[in-house]
Amino acid sequence: MSQFVMPSLGADMESAVLMEWHVKEGDHVTKGQVIAEVETSKGVIEIEVFEEGIVDKILVEEETECAVGTPLAMIRSIGESPVQNETPPPPSVEPEPAKPAPHPSAPAEANTTEVPEEIRIKASPAARRKAKEMGIDLFSLAAQGEEVHLSQVESAAPPAAEKSAASGMRQAIAKAMSRSNAEIPHYYLSTGINMTPALRWLEEENKKRSIKERILPAALLIRAVVKALEKVPELNGFWKDDAPQISTQINPGIAIALRKEGLITPALLDAGKMGLYETMGALDDLITRTRAGKLRNTEITRQTITITNLGDLGVESVYGVIYPPQVALVGLGRIMDAPWAEGDALTVRKVMQATLAGDHRASDGRTGAKFLETFNEYLQHPEELL
Amino acid sequence: MTKEQITKAIITQILEIAPDIDEADIIPDKNIQRSLEIDSFDFLKILTALNEVVGIEVPESDYGAVDTVEHMSEYFARRLEH
Repeated sequence: MSQFVMPSLGADMESAVLMEWHVKEGDHVTKGQVIAEVETSKGVIEIEVFEEGIVDKILVEEETECAVGTPLAMIRSIGESPVQNETPPPPSVEPEPAKPAPHPSAPAEANTTEVPEEIRIKASPAARRKAKEMGIDLFSLAAQGEEVHLSQVESAAPPAAEKSAASGMRQAIAKAMSRSNAEIPHYYLSTGINMTPALRWLEEENKKRSIKERILPAALLIRAVVKALEKVPELNGFWKDDAPQISTQINPGIAIALRKEGLITPALLDAGKMGLYETMGALDDLITRTRAGKLRNTEITRQTITITNLGDLGVESVYGVIYPPQVALVGLGRIMDAPWAEGDALTVRKVMQATLAGDHRASDGRTGAKFLETFNEYLQHPEELL
Repeated sequence: MTKEQITKAIITQILEIAPDIDEADIIPDKNIQRSLEIDSFDFLKILTALNEVVGIEVPESDYGAVDTVEHMSEYFARRLEH
């Protein structure tokens, strides 16, 4: 028998709301199966189970806020008989861990997860809580019997309240980035890359396929980063316990902007095993699910490096802040027409600035330079990226 | 399909793929991607969805001719004539 607990979905997470069970007691579950959904500051995340077995007991009801580590269910292995008199687990409903007045304006309400019975508006617990804190009437947000989401409540907040209480996502970003700048001695490298050969090749490739199978430059760039990391693995991993740890799996976190506010960098899991077409398919799936708020716990916790591509925003270069405990971030700027010297001729080419932010504890500029050089090499020979 | 029907289909698809956009913000002669903050990924999704509705694939070399709602409707209308 083992406990299935509320996982930590990032160093900044203290608790989350169990929204929905996908299984019931007695169900057979397999390794990697999504068995529940929880709502966090990063949106709704699907939680996988890491072992095969039978759901023996569900300990926490839907719409309950649980601290990280709270047992949510008991899973017994196949063949094991159900236990009748299991000692009751620790209380599952925990108020937010004691923090110095996180909501100075309404400390009493902030700890309340109970919702009066008479309210029949469908809304997530986080949305209810936020609405309560901000004094927003949920009825005013509910349209055609649709469920009210946290983001709606947040966007309905009056401007003054918005200023004093940043959204959960903003706070999560703030914490991680402050920690990064305080702890990580960054170094930065930058190089201009001639993208004309890669874009020409991609256009020819895309002509061969239907619009549904079209590859975006973003997928080609991710593939080139992954291939370069295979040759320079020092940048793929973590700095933990005063030592570098190289990851064998390559799980690039892809910075994906949410239209309303903020960004998430979910992992393209095991991208080293994907060819170019698989990379595009996986990227398509990841962006769609990120924007729909349907990510899995493994995708928001297992990034080994971050890739940020601000290309569409039109800036030339990006000098990123590394997401701890990762040790590097690749920044890709907008691809633009620029003068380019080739031999003794001056021409115009599609040029992209690629930058690398490295953790100087884990690697040196020489390693970073080797990475950018290898990345460039692949983009000059894009057929190797298939 | 008339040009009006095509325009309507384009707007429907934009709103489908980027549900937070206000229909009033879709200005026919403004660059779709820039004015509505639609990235290359969502732009491709819009073209893929329109291919299902209109039955025409826009090759990448023609992206310059489909940059606004107005141009896109004209482009599809022209291609449908042939």
